Amino acid sequence: MTSSCKTVKREEFKNDDFRPAKISFSRKYLSVPYGLFLILFVVLPFLLILYYAFTSKTGNFSFENFVDFFSNPTSVSTLFISFIIAIITTGLCILIGYPVAYILSKMKAKKGFILLLLFIMPMWINFVLRAMAMKEVMTLLGIFAKSDAYNFINTVIGMVYDFLPFMILPLYSILIKQDKSLIEASYDLGATKAQTFRKVVLPLSLPGIVSGSTMVFLPSMSAYVISDTFGNGKITIIGKLIEEQFGTGANWNAGSAIAIILLIIMFACTFLCGGFNEESNARGTNI
Amino acid sequence: MEKNEKIIELVNLTRQYEDGVVAVDNVNLYVRKGEFITFLGPSGCGKTTTLRMIAGFDKPTSGKILLNGKDISELPPNKRPINTVFQRYALFPHMNVFDNIAFGLKMKRLKVTYEDENGKQFDKIEKLKKWEIAEKVEKALKMVDLEGFEKRSISTLSGGQQQRVAIARAIINEPQILLLDEPLGALDLKMRKDMQLELKALHDNIGITFIYVTHDQEEALTMSDTIVVMKDGVIQQIGTPTDIYNEPKNSFVADFIGESNIFSGTMTGDKKVRFIGHTFDCVDDFPKNEKVDVVVRPEDVFLMDEDKGQVKGVITSSIFKGVHYEMVMTVGKTEVVIQNTVERKVGEKVSIYIRPDDIHIMEKEFSSNKYDGYITKKNTVCFADGEFDCDVTQLYPGSFVDEEGYLITPDGDKIDLTDVDVSVEVGLKDIEISDDADAGGAVGNIVSMIYKGDHYQLIVRTDENEEDFVFDTEDTWNENDRVSVIIPKEKIKLTLKKEIKR
Repeated sequence: MTSSCKTVKREEFKNDDFRPAKISFSRKYLSVPYGLFLILFVVLPFLLILYYAFTSKTGNFSFENFVDFFSNPTSVSTLFISFIIAIITTGLCILIGYPVAYILSKMKAKKGFILLLLFIMPMWINFVLRAMAMKEVMTLLGIFAKSDAYNFINTVIGMVYDFLPFMILPLYSILIKQDKSLIEASYDLGATKAQTFRKVVLPLSLPGIVSGSTMVFLPSMSAYVISDTFGNGKITIIGKLIEEQFGTGANWNAGSAIAIILLIIMFACTFLCGGFNEESNARGTNI
Repeated sequence: MEKNEKIIELVNLTRQYEDGVVAVDNVNLYVRKGEFITFLGPSGCGKTTTLRMIAGFDKPTSGKILLNGKDISELPPNKRPINTVFQRYALFPHMNVFDNIAFGLKMKRLKVTYEDENGKQFDKIEKLKKWEIAEKVEKALKMVDLEGFEKRSISTLSGGQQQRVAIARAIINEPQILLLDEPLGALDLKMRKDMQLELKALHDNIGITFIYVTHDQEEALTMSDTIVVMKDGVIQQIGTPTDIYNEPKNSFVADFIGESNIFSGTMTGDKKVRFIGHTFDCVDDFPKNEKVDVVVRPEDVFLMDEDKGQVKGVITSSIFKGVHYEMVMTVGKTEVVIQNTVERKVGEKVSIYIRPDDIHIMEKEFSSNKYDGYITKKNTVCFADGEFDCDVTQLYPGSFVDEEGYLITPDGDKIDLTDVDVSVEVGLKDIEISDDADAGGAVGNIVSMIYKGDHYQLIVRTDENEEDFVFDTEDTWNENDRVSVIIPKEKIKLTLKKEIKR
């Protein structure tokens, strides 16, 4: 170390000790907490719901909860109304969200991103609060129709307001990634702007529409806080039905059965969309 | 006769981007009907921008694009009878091969004139018939050797097949001009060579004008009728491949096209040039004593036994390149690259012979650097984004600077030089550079480095006004190195722009 020392040889030092570490810790142990969490909070509750759904109040195995649900005209019409609301909400979200996402994706990077942030910022606020605030704002502006005839429309407005960001975000992220040279190629081959949109931009953004729709359609079937807030308490959707059975109705068996029905619908929708989604992804990501 | 018809003409075409960068600088060019013309240059030379302006994706800042004599610079791309083969093909991934190729035809509308039973004529806008489209697609697929691929999805095709689909998709529209933007860049070497020949054959078959963009000089030489060499948005040379290879206009073209030896030489007499210590006969005529660049292709240098040739030297490196050996012979400090099928071992003493025809002489691009500058309060000089110490007394012979900084002329006049405009001249050998940003008067990046036999010619460009320092050095640097420029005080030559009022 002292200045009188002379370097004799300098060479690269390589650690050739390849003995295994004394305590062998496999990476798979890292998954233990996650597995525990899943079992405790996902698998067990799901099994409980299954158990309640397929047992009568006395605890015997039966299908009576499902039979009751489908033989009761009110619950069937609730399911129907939920469906209609979800479809209209999704449709409106696409109609409003697509142009917004399209315009944002065409903007200069910084400006577009800030505007996008403004659009999705409401997602960071509790959605009950958001729904209440929206209703107050509408009342203040005098466009909130108090009459019962408008309960349905009000609910749809509330749903669209609430779920629009969930449509814009996936659409934006797929449109911004779109290969500009494809659009140029379309112009180059003689297509007008409208033709290019119809034949190239729109089909290539289908995966975005699908994933946006999944994110809007399914939640809007069960978001009863919004139907309660905007529907003057007169619009019942399927989520509300579950809440009633578990809460005031104190019929966990019936509630569980409805939850299972909703689950099956959601699975069916996701499967339909998902199958489609995968295919268009496979075709969308080439080169 | 028909071949001489100009199909497209670029007139003073300029494209400047928002950030001030001039991508294409006042380009004038015409393309003949049926020609295979190639824009060749390093990346960022403006070749792709030029192509995009012809296609209509980019609008010129100024200048005109004439197609058959009519200005089309404002026409959108879908209205131009021009089709493009894109760099990454840009095939539509959601369509199969047939739909991709048929895309242009499906967009096409025909005006059909009918006559009703009363003999009255009326027009109808119609799409192409399905069978017409199918027939044409089949023909186009046949042309690119992809019969039977109609139903295939784009993602299942190899790079070469996608390339063919892209070409078929463009030519099916029977454009007047086909633009190809580095279309072979993504293919492997063997495939590229095959496609080069196929493209050339296709061009001969269909007779459409091809405008081709590439940075690959070999590709350009193989395929083109005419090559346009570009650099920094400016056309360096236009000519046939043979012309460009054999008679490069300047050392940039010589360096870019093929291997070459570039030497600094001096004209010593009528068609005589001296370089690497020997006076050679040559065929180019330049004024006596003029400094010139001499370009000799490695394959034009003949190797001989030690006493037989014009210049003696020692082989210092020899690499086997397949068909030939690439050897380096060193003469003093200068290296001469030689290609020959017969190998000479490293260390062997040899001599070389160069025929007069093979010595290409071109004007030296720079004999000195010239700038506009001004004198500061401290009697330093500011030019090219920098400040340098200088000798201001050279402005008036016999003058000196007094304690207060005024220049006293031999006549006894006292002159304040502050803010006086001067012309500055610095020789090519008088500039040094350093890694240390504070060592010199100006800072910039090395933008170009050309080897000239025994030294490099470097260009250092400053950031602010993009002023260039051109100079020779024997040291090796790297392009894009950030350096500061050092000029010795006595090497800065100043001249007054106009007389100062005393």
